[in-house]
Amino acid sequence: MDIKDIIKPENLVYKKSELLIDTIMHYCPGCSHGVVHKILSEVIDEMGIQEKTIGIAPVGCAVFAYNYIDIDWQEAAHGRAPAVATGVVRLNPDNIVFAYQGDGDLASIGTAEIIHACNRGENIVVIFINNGIYGMTGGQMAPTTLVGQVTSTTPAGRNVDLNGYPMKITELIAQLPGTSYVTRQSVQTAAAVRKCKRSIKKAFQNVIDKKGTSFVEVVSTCNAGWKMTPVGANKWMEENMFPFYPLGDMKDSDKKEVSNN
Amino acid sequence: MAKVRGAVVVDKEGCKGCGVCVEVCPQDVLSLNREVNSRGYHYSYMKNPEACIGCSNCGVVCPDTCLTIYRVKVLESEI
Ligand SMILES: Cc1ncc(C[n+]2csc(CCOP(=O)(O)OP(=O)(O)O)c2C)c(N)n1
Ligand code: SF4
Ligand code: SF4
Repeated sequence: MDIKDIIKPENLVYKKSELLIDTIMHYCPGCSHGVVHKILSEVIDEMGIQEKTIGIAPVGCAVFAYNYIDIDWQEAAHGRAPAVATGVVRLNPDNIVFAYQGDGDLASIGTAEIIHACNRGENIVVIFINNGIYGMTGGQMAPTTLVGQVTSTTPAGRNVDLNGYPMKITELIAQLPGTSYVTRQSVQTAAAVRKCKRSIKKAFQNVIDKKGTSFVEVVSTCNAGWKMTPVGANKWMEENMFPFYPLGDMKDSDKKEVSNN
Repeated sequence: MAKVRGAVVVDKEGCKGCGVCVEVCPQDVLSLNREVNSRGYHYSYMKNPEACIGCSNCGVVCPDTCLTIYRVKVLESEI
């Protein structure tokens, strides 16, 4: 059978989501941000919520997310996406609002905002891209950097005496009564991407069902910042990040715990 | 007996040659081209097209969504 007999519209099984704007993303080759953007586009498209969804873009490599997914967006100051999301969803409770944040954005400068938004149980989705460093600014140490991990500001590896301990912020967030669904996923294999997509879909469904905050961490790579190849970075993540940041659901409850409604 | 055949169409200009698709293919179909696209990337291509089963694993992991996948069942007599 000839290839041209296979490449026919009736045999199509996978194509680019209509919601992904037809442009070349600025991300480095192999960057996890691209995969997560793709998943978000597919989920929003499949759920038919394009007109109702509002994304809050972070400061970090994903600052240009609004150029790539064809929905409404608002850009927030560094770390403030959960505060902006709070304002947007409180004024427009029928919209579906998500904050998209890196680990520098969410777990460092924006720690107060994320903890309090989750504790208030704001009816939002949070997508948390944990690549262990500040990607955009040159690969500096983040709160999530592993002990011993080499970054541009820890050339001899992260030292706990000097730099403190890596923070499992997702575990902290799972303790907060305002959250209904807290999970940690990854996107380096096809099976992981499909699983992550199911999690993100569930998080969006929870917001439609007004269940409070749903939080999806994606353990990610920044191969350029880590100074590895894309495939090498995926392996490094599996071997080094997964033991400290184990994948899976941390919380999956029916509703935020305390509610006046 | 029916067999499955697949085919991958690569958006050459969108591909950044990251090689993640090459790594995840269970059938060792894909490889990075010696040639580069206009932005200097060694884009992905089907080195071994006969082996493709259209599983879409490559398309699903591609960060730049440059792969479109087709899949068809073929009868032994048509192979
Ligand atoms: C108020 C403020 N402080 C510092 C910066 C500089 N800055 C830009 S991006 C960034 C870190 C982003 O890292 P992360 O959130 O992990 O995202 P990544 O780029 O890795 O996706 C910093 C510190 C800024 N833009 N604004
Ligand atoms: S995963 Fe995508 S960008 Fe990377 S080499 Fe394959 S087709 Fe190109
Ligand atoms: S569709 Fe499956 S078999 Fe075909 S190239 Fe992609 S990963 Fe390999």
